[in-house]
Amino acid sequence: MQETYTAYLIETRSVEHTDGQSVLTDSLWRRYSEFELLRNYLLVYYPHIVVPPLPEKRAEFVWHKLSADNMDPDFVERRRIGLENFLLRIASHPILCRDKIFYLFLTQEGNWKETVNETGFQLKADSRLKALNATFRVKNPDKRFTELKHYSDELQSVISHLLRVRARVADRLYGVYKVHGNYGRVFSEWSAIEKEMGDGLQSAGHHMDVYASSIDDILEDEEHYADQLKEYLFYAEALRAVCRKHELMQYDLEMAAQDLASKKQQCEELATGTVRTFSLKGMTTKLFGQETPEQREARIKVLEEQINEGEQQLKSKNLEGREFVKNAWADIERFKEQKNRDLKEALISYAVMQISMCKKGIQIWTNAKECFSKM
Amino acid sequence: MEGERPASPARSSGLPAGGAEGDSPGGGAPFPGSSGSSTLLQGEVLDLDEDEDDLEVFSKDASLMDMNSFSPMMPTSPLSMINQIKFEDEPDLKDLFITVDEPESHVTTIETFITYRIITKTSRGEFDSSEFEVRRRYQDFLWLKGKLEEAHPTLIIPPLPEKFIVKGMVERFNDDFIETRRKALQKFLNRIADHPTLTFNEDFKVFLTAQAWELSSHKKQGPGLLSRMGQTVRAVASSMRGVKNRPEEFMEMNNFIEIFSQKINLIDKISQRIYKEEREYLDEMKEYGPIYILWSASEEDLVDTLRNVASCIDRCCKATEKRMSGLSEALLPVVHEYVLYSEMLMLTEEIGKLEDKVECANNALKADWERWKQNMQNDIKSAFTDMAEENIHYYEQCLATWESFLTSQTDLQLEEASDDKP
Repeated sequence: MQETYTAYLIETRSVEHTDGQSVLTDSLWRRYSEFELLRNYLLVYYPHIVVPPLPEKRAEFVWHKLSADNMDPDFVERRRIGLENFLLRIASHPILCRDKIFYLFLTQEGNWKETVNETGFQLKADSRLKALNATFRVKNPDKRFTELKHYSDELQSVISHLLRVRARVADRLYGVYKVHGNYGRVFSEWSAIEKEMGDGLQSAGHHMDVYASSIDDILEDEEHYADQLKEYLFYAEALRAVCRKHELMQYDLEMAAQDLASKKQQCEELATGTVRTFSLKGMTTKLFGQETPEQREARIKVLEEQINEGEQQLKSKNLEGREFVKNAWADIERFKEQKNRDLKEALISYAVMQISMCKKGIQIWTNAKECFSKM
Repeated sequence: MEGERPASPARSSGLPAGGAEGDSPGGGAPFPGSSGSSTLLQGEVLDLDEDEDDLEVFSKDASLMDMNSFSPMMPTSPLSMINQIKFEDEPDLKDLFITVDEPESHVTTIETFITYRIITKTSRGEFDSSEFEVRRRYQDFLWLKGKLEEAHPTLIIPPLPEKFIVKGMVERFNDDFIETRRKALQKFLNRIADHPTLTFNEDFKVFLTAQAWELSSHKKQGPGLLSRMGQTVRAVASSMRGVKNRPEEFMEMNNFIEIFSQKINLIDKISQRIYKEEREYLDEMKEYGPIYILWSASEEDLVDTLRNVASCIDRCCKATEKRMSGLSEALLPVVHEYVLYSEMLMLTEEIGKLEDKVECANNALKADWERWKQNMQNDIKSAFTDMAEENIHYYEQCLATWESFLTSQTDLQLEEASDDKP
């Protein structure tokens, strides 16, 4: 069975220090699934980093004309731009750019997939992270992460809404422009019976056609704006992933602490002879007779060992947790700056698009008005 | 209903984009608004008021201008001729101004109807006063149109807005319908006032000036002498538009009317559709702006930018509303009036038998036809020029809005840059 898929050519250029010229160092083909593999790997190995998102797999938020077909050349082109953007984001990230697998993605054509799988990253992945709906009862999460989670939910919700309505607006605008095209045809037919008005009608009709066809480029440009917003829609998910990782770590930490505390208590009770906590051993002892002092000593010893281990583990978990929070928060601050810059730029470019559309409109209608007034 | 004309034949609607008939404020009724001429009663004599003796004669003279070889009584009163000359010498000097406004609902036990206030301002001597205010209902307009058609069968009488709206109406009297009708009725009366012959019609004067009870009694008086002649003239005039033995010019006229009718109907449909699409665009835009405001609530650093974008979108919405109202003021009523005109002109193809004595009717019709065509060209040209102007203005407003947004953003950036400097 033959499968058809799209592959993208990746060319890497390195800038030589001496003369500032860029030299083509590597060139290879990758398909979308390989990009996905790269990203999944990065998510596992850098859980404290807000990993750049991939462009959408299938076209969403379409308005009627835009094809939802993955093979559509316009869609493929927009996806290409998105994939390029993804790689550029990684390459400009202070930590991610040093990753070996990323480097091999750009340079090792054959066997790259095997190399990634050999890292065993799938095994390392915490399946709980994938469980989107699972909530962990965490007693003391870092408040900043809780806030961040709320923020990412809001961001996702508002951008989705925005994209949906924008698509509807685009659809309507398309309708307004295209209906004007009908004037062109009718004016032309009418001009045949008019002596004085004929020329004016005919040329005005031509401008109506120009007006109607001008919407195609306008809306194509606006798609770029939509894509910029979409990237941040998907970034919201990446933010949430970091928050979830923190939650999990905190949960594990709290569970470990709880476990340690209960073991300590058990130990204490055995030593002092008071039974406050329920234990099966304690119950059986009561029912079937006292244990010997030797037996009790043995148990205490085991517990003490476990407690020691537990304390070590708790210490390292604590350290890990603090490291994670520190590093994650640094990347989140970096991300925030990037987001503010990018979104501002996107909004400005949106305004520029509107301006261009208005200028075009003025030009066309001024020409049309001239034709009408000459009728 | 007596005197009703047969419905017009189906027309092609060649709209590729969607093509479905939209709900339009004034659209699509196949019945011409002109039927309803009163029955011709034989043998009744017009009951002339003492005071109006002179006036009656004058206006009658004017209306008889186009049938002077038929009527045995053809007083060519010098004053009426002066009136005619005066009009032609100074074509731009209007001496009769009419407005139609203040629609009011009246409820009686049998019916509900709307009356409109009609204000007439004039400097004409034959009017008792310089200003008149009366109330009229649609029925009264129908009566007037009927009388004009009777009296001037060879002239092109302006169309009335449709009697009923066939589709998309929930109730007969919704606001849009009333407003559209009011505008059309005003146009109707002004067209008559601007017509060199019709403007002096006696019934027209009565319509504009008589109080309610006076009008009723005038209506009851019946057509009288004139209409009997009118009947003959009408038949003859109809023959002019008949198929047999028509001179070249009338063939040309009919060919023009046919194609014109097709095209103006299409333009009417297209224009209504544009209005509809713009309305739907506006509705979506109104939802679009507020989302940016919502977003600004969760973005500390982008609050100003986002709110700014929202306000730009809001201003563009206002500009769109203005564009739409311009369309509905300038373009739609004009195009629709010509749709009604064309329906009327298409229908006057009754085949008559009488062929002689057509000489003067020929000339009168031809003159009126030329005048109508000239008016049509001016009106269409003016309507489309206005539409283009509205669009230019719309884009200029939006341009200014977004450009000021850009400058505010760059100012902000300069501010921030200077803040960063130590």
